[in-house]
Amino acid sequence: MEFFLISLLNGVSYGLLLFMLASGLTLIFSMMGVLNFAHASFYMIGAYFAYQISTWVGFWPALVIAPLLVGGLGALVEKYGLRRVHKWGHVPELLFTFGLSYIIVELVQIVWGRAAVPYQVPAELQGPLFTLFTTSFPKYRGFMMLVAVLMLVAIWLMLTRTRIGLVIQASLTHPETVEALGHNVPRVFMLTFAGGTALAGLAGVIGGNAFVTEPSMAALVGSIIFVVTVVGGMGSLAGAFIASLLIGVMQSFAIAVDYSGIKLAQDIGFTVTPATPLYSLFQLSVSQVAPVLPYLLLVLILIFRPKGLMGTREG
Amino acid sequence: MTTSVQSGRPVRFQPLNVGRWLVWGLTAVLFAVIPLIFKSGFAITLLSQMGILIVFALSYNMIFGQGGMLSFGHAVYSGLGAFFAIHALNWVGAGTLPLPVSLIPLVGGLFGALFGVIFGYVTTKKSGTPFAMITLGLGEMVFAASLMFPGFFGGEGGISSDRVVGAPFLGISYGPAIQVYYLIAVWCFVSMIAMFAFSHTPLGRISNAVRDNPERAEFLGYNTQRVRYLVLIASAFFAGISGGLAAINFEIVTAENVSALRSGGVLLAAFIGGAMFFFGPVIGSVIFVLFAVALSEWTKAWQFYLGVFFVLMVMYAPGGVASLILMNLRVAKYRLFAQLRDPYVGVLMTGGVLLVGIILVVEMSYHLTLNFAAGSKTSIFGFTMDGADPAFWVMAFGILISGALSFEAMRRYFAREWGAVQEKIEDQLRREQRG
Repeated sequence: MEFFLISLLNGVSYGLLLFMLASGLTLIFSMMGVLNFAHASFYMIGAYFAYQISTWVGFWPALVIAPLLVGGLGALVEKYGLRRVHKWGHVPELLFTFGLSYIIVELVQIVWGRAAVPYQVPAELQGPLFTLFTTSFPKYRGFMMLVAVLMLVAIWLMLTRTRIGLVIQASLTHPETVEALGHNVPRVFMLTFAGGTALAGLAGVIGGNAFVTEPSMAALVGSIIFVVTVVGGMGSLAGAFIASLLIGVMQSFAIAVDYSGIKLAQDIGFTVTPATPLYSLFQLSVSQVAPVLPYLLLVLILIFRPKGLMGTREG
Repeated sequence: MTTSVQSGRPVRFQPLNVGRWLVWGLTAVLFAVIPLIFKSGFAITLLSQMGILIVFALSYNMIFGQGGMLSFGHAVYSGLGAFFAIHALNWVGAGTLPLPVSLIPLVGGLFGALFGVIFGYVTTKKSGTPFAMITLGLGEMVFAASLMFPGFFGGEGGISSDRVVGAPFLGISYGPAIQVYYLIAVWCFVSMIAMFAFSHTPLGRISNAVRDNPERAEFLGYNTQRVRYLVLIASAFFAGISGGLAAINFEIVTAENVSALRSGGVLLAAFIGGAMFFFGPVIGSVIFVLFAVALSEWTKAWQFYLGVFFVLMVMYAPGGVASLILMNLRVAKYRLFAQLRDPYVGVLMTGGVLLVGIILVVEMSYHLTLNFAAGSKTSIFGFTMDGADPAFWVMAFGILISGALSFEAMRRYFAREWGAVQEKIEDQLRREQRG
């Protein structure tokens, strides 16, 4: 029970972090048709900016300033880079962001070096939030969940209740009509891209100190968020939410389980020795398989439900 | 069905295409002669790696440039092919597998194709952006799985082997690097011809149609998913061959061979060279190896330069280096080059200044952050620069900014003239058609 609850809480907080990233990616994708390959790189930049700003003025200002800076950077990238290649179609756009992710990793190493930087949880948020039976749940995890949920509510309110949100929603499906009504669609695109990257930056600010702020952090999370968007259904925010929680919870359970094929075989009455065929398969414990699970889920989803959990379109 | 495609059933060429025979003949001569010109050990290493990457990039271009499938996981096929090839090499060494070393790449190719059959079934269900994401996920899965089975993949250290096995055949033992180069050259040349022939088979042609207009291809009665699947299997076969060549050349295969880094690299090579042309990836492979092997000897920031180069190509020359060459040849053909001479000189000179500025700034900051223990001084272009002295930074940024400003002015001038020249050519073409 204790293990179950703690794993669930950890999984949900990790899943919410994934959702902060996946929501920006999904918004950008459904709006502009651009798969932002550099999305995780903006997450990384968010973490590094937050580290730098927090060494000057502390964590709390960084929580606000860093995402804004990342969003501004995103706007510049959209205006001077993406918009130029837009006329050549989606593949060059994707390749542009792919090249950008290369450059950003190198720039980060040029400025901050190759080793991890000491970006730490602020003193106010250190320590346990509450203790379940014998395991304590850290305060910072609770803070992460709080920020993610606040952000979720804010996006939802903005998309459904404000004028700009309505314009964004309309531009998703009918860009020509929106343009004919006198709205500046390229500017809406730029704002969406900036907003999406700012969300990634915010995820970086609160994820960077929960995990490690290092040049490889973008690559670690990058492919997982692509899995999330495909599993949830391309362009579906609700699907991305469910898929992030699913993958977050699955990962945190799998890492903690030390159950292997050998034990399974013993439980059903077989003995597995090194002489058994496929011994190395039996030997693997669930925690060892954990890194592969999201991708297995991806493949299974593609075979049995190609449009994703909540997706509406195929291909 | 697939085997008939891979072995390249004789393709009906035009009666006697002199130009084509000439080009392939010259290519063969180039392969044979080039190590006699560049004799140093380093040059042979470079050439061997270029040959391996040419096969890999061309195989990638079968699905990317010709099939319209943007893949971020192509290293899966070359990497798994390489693992099976190196195990085969070890079995040859142990005497359990009677196979000459020269045919080891074929093992890689066959297993590459086998995994193409398995993985391609899942990935080719989609096209476009979802295909790209799925291949990325699949690549990550194979990479993660390769670290889970140390028995087969050798864990972090990889699997190593010895290519000098068996009795030397006609004095060829594959001990010296030059013999390996010629093995790679022969395989590379044969694969190039096979892939070129493939692009002219009905399947190759239909894959172009599926790239350009999948809906129309469906209406003509072709199953686009099946076309993508078959092309992917053929492409995976050649990727596997390049993996087998890599196994022989390096005598070690690690998990890095199936990594996303490798997959991204081959995408860069194919795109930089020009994905819309058959010979584009060949140029791209040469450039990529020069960056990755030669430039990395000089600077740690080579990936930065490569990334910037790639992004510039995406933004200004989406047809790659091949398209730049062809466009300039067209200008030369219409004898309009004189009009572009001044803009070219201007762009190249200001671009050179800008490049020097960028290199100074990047190298100084890289040296400061990564190599601090060695002191703040570093030598660039033979000059000693001191990263701790603000005067050098002022100088570097001065060169950078003046270069950027003058380059931007020259770029606009060039774009104007270039547009005017292209218009003239289009005009003349139209007149020729009418006349």
